[in-house]
Amino acid sequence: MSATWPTIELAVNGETRRVQAAPMKRLLDVLREDLGLTGAKEGCGEGECGSCSVRMNGELVNSCLVPVLQAQGACVETVEGLAQDGELHPLQEAFLHCGGAQCGICTPGMLMAATQLLAQNPHPTIAEVREGLAGNLCRCTGFKRIFDSVLSAATQTTEPAHKAAHAR
Amino acid sequence: MRGNAEAHELIAPGSLETVLALLAEAPGEWTPIAGGTELMVAHAAGRLNAAKLVSLWGIPDLRSIEKATEALRIGACVPFCDLRRDETVAADFPLLAEAASWIGAIANQSRATVGGNLVNGSPAADSSPALLVYDAELELISVRGTRVIPYAQFHSGYKKNVLESDELVAAIRLPRRFARHRQYLRKVGTRRAMAIAKVALAGTALLESGVVKEIRLAAASLAPFPTRLPKTEAVLVGEPVTDALIASARETLLAEGQPIDDIRSTASYRKGVGANLLEEFLRCLQREGAEG
Repeated sequence: MSATWPTIELAVNGETRRVQAAPMKRLLDVLREDLGLTGAKEGCGEGECGSCSVRMNGELVNSCLVPVLQAQGACVETVEGLAQDGELHPLQEAFLHCGGAQCGICTPGMLMAATQLLAQNPHPTIAEVREGLAGNLCRCTGFKRIFDSVLSAATQTTEPAHKAAHAR
Repeated sequence: MRGNAEAHELIAPGSLETVLALLAEAPGEWTPIAGGTELMVAHAAGRLNAAKLVSLWGIPDLRSIEKATEALRIGACVPFCDLRRDETVAADFPLLAEAASWIGAIANQSRATVGGNLVNGSPAADSSPALLVYDAELELISVRGTRVIPYAQFHSGYKKNVLESDELVAAIRLPRRFARHRQYLRKVGTRRAMAIAKVALAGTALLESGVVKEIRLAAASLAPFPTRLPKTEAVLVGEPVTDALIASARETLLAEGQPIDDIRSTASYRKGVGANLLEEFLRCLQREGAEG
């Protein structure tokens, strides 16, 4: 059956990938099942929880709501692409340092939402961090350490680490 | 994931002409899908009742914001993130920019489209009250041509609209003549982020020597579809904004609103809060009238 599905080409974390998939297969399932990228998680499956967040053509999307055909030709960035050459991304370092991850289910989505936020607004206020991550739910941290992590990563891009901000 | 991706056909012709030709050849057979924030939720739940879907995402004609002196033309597949970033929308139609910021969160705003919000037809649609008080018009397009209707005449019942089976919403037109109007928009939901409205109210009004010269009021979730409140408007036009007028307008809104009880709220709460929102707007007008 799969031989009848179209070939869809997309760039994932800078690498061209081709998959044969039913056009209505969710981008989330293609990432996890066809490409073996299991960072993005399925939480609610209806665009409320953000655990499947990835970036597509520079915008944050819930990959559970994207039919893969609409990702044809797109540049997709997932949590697997954040670390480069064995070096954690500054946001990942900040989550580690500030205790921004506990059980870890929401973390890939949080990191991608935070990446999107800092790409558009390198020095957000706490209110802007809250809005940027409003679509990402966490059941463990109470969010404060996640907000601390994002503010800390933003601060470290221009200021010494000891001035890391704290969420209020 | 309870849906089966293999049970649905999806094609992406990439041009408006091809999509319209498909819709004309087989009326009712194809379901248009834009950013998928409604249909993909139904798909995941296994309740997507559409065997054949045609993608509108990525068709350039449908994702442009054109600025003429008299009007703004917003393509139906403009996502809400584009509306939030657009300087003309922010300057001339601030209520629409604000409503765009209410749509879910960032990852929803990047995909949910303004046309999709209208065609989906939820009584609680976030963008609808703002579009109604800006006198929005819709361009409906098919192989037969384009017709333009007031948005206020688009919804015809709960989740029903006047689109023919071969038609799409191509664009929303907004007349640029609200710069001098006092504008109001407020949504009441369970929480600030990600919540669907229990009730929302929008208003645009023009005062002259303390008298209401023009007023438009529109509500979400006070009827089976987003709607203007013509009876309440009629009570206000031509009158100075006094305490007695505000009381009378509240009473009219309580009679005019026809909300329902559902999982998000009750009819009586919706009416009561709707009247409170109206009073909040009218008190602003009253202060403005007293000052000037």
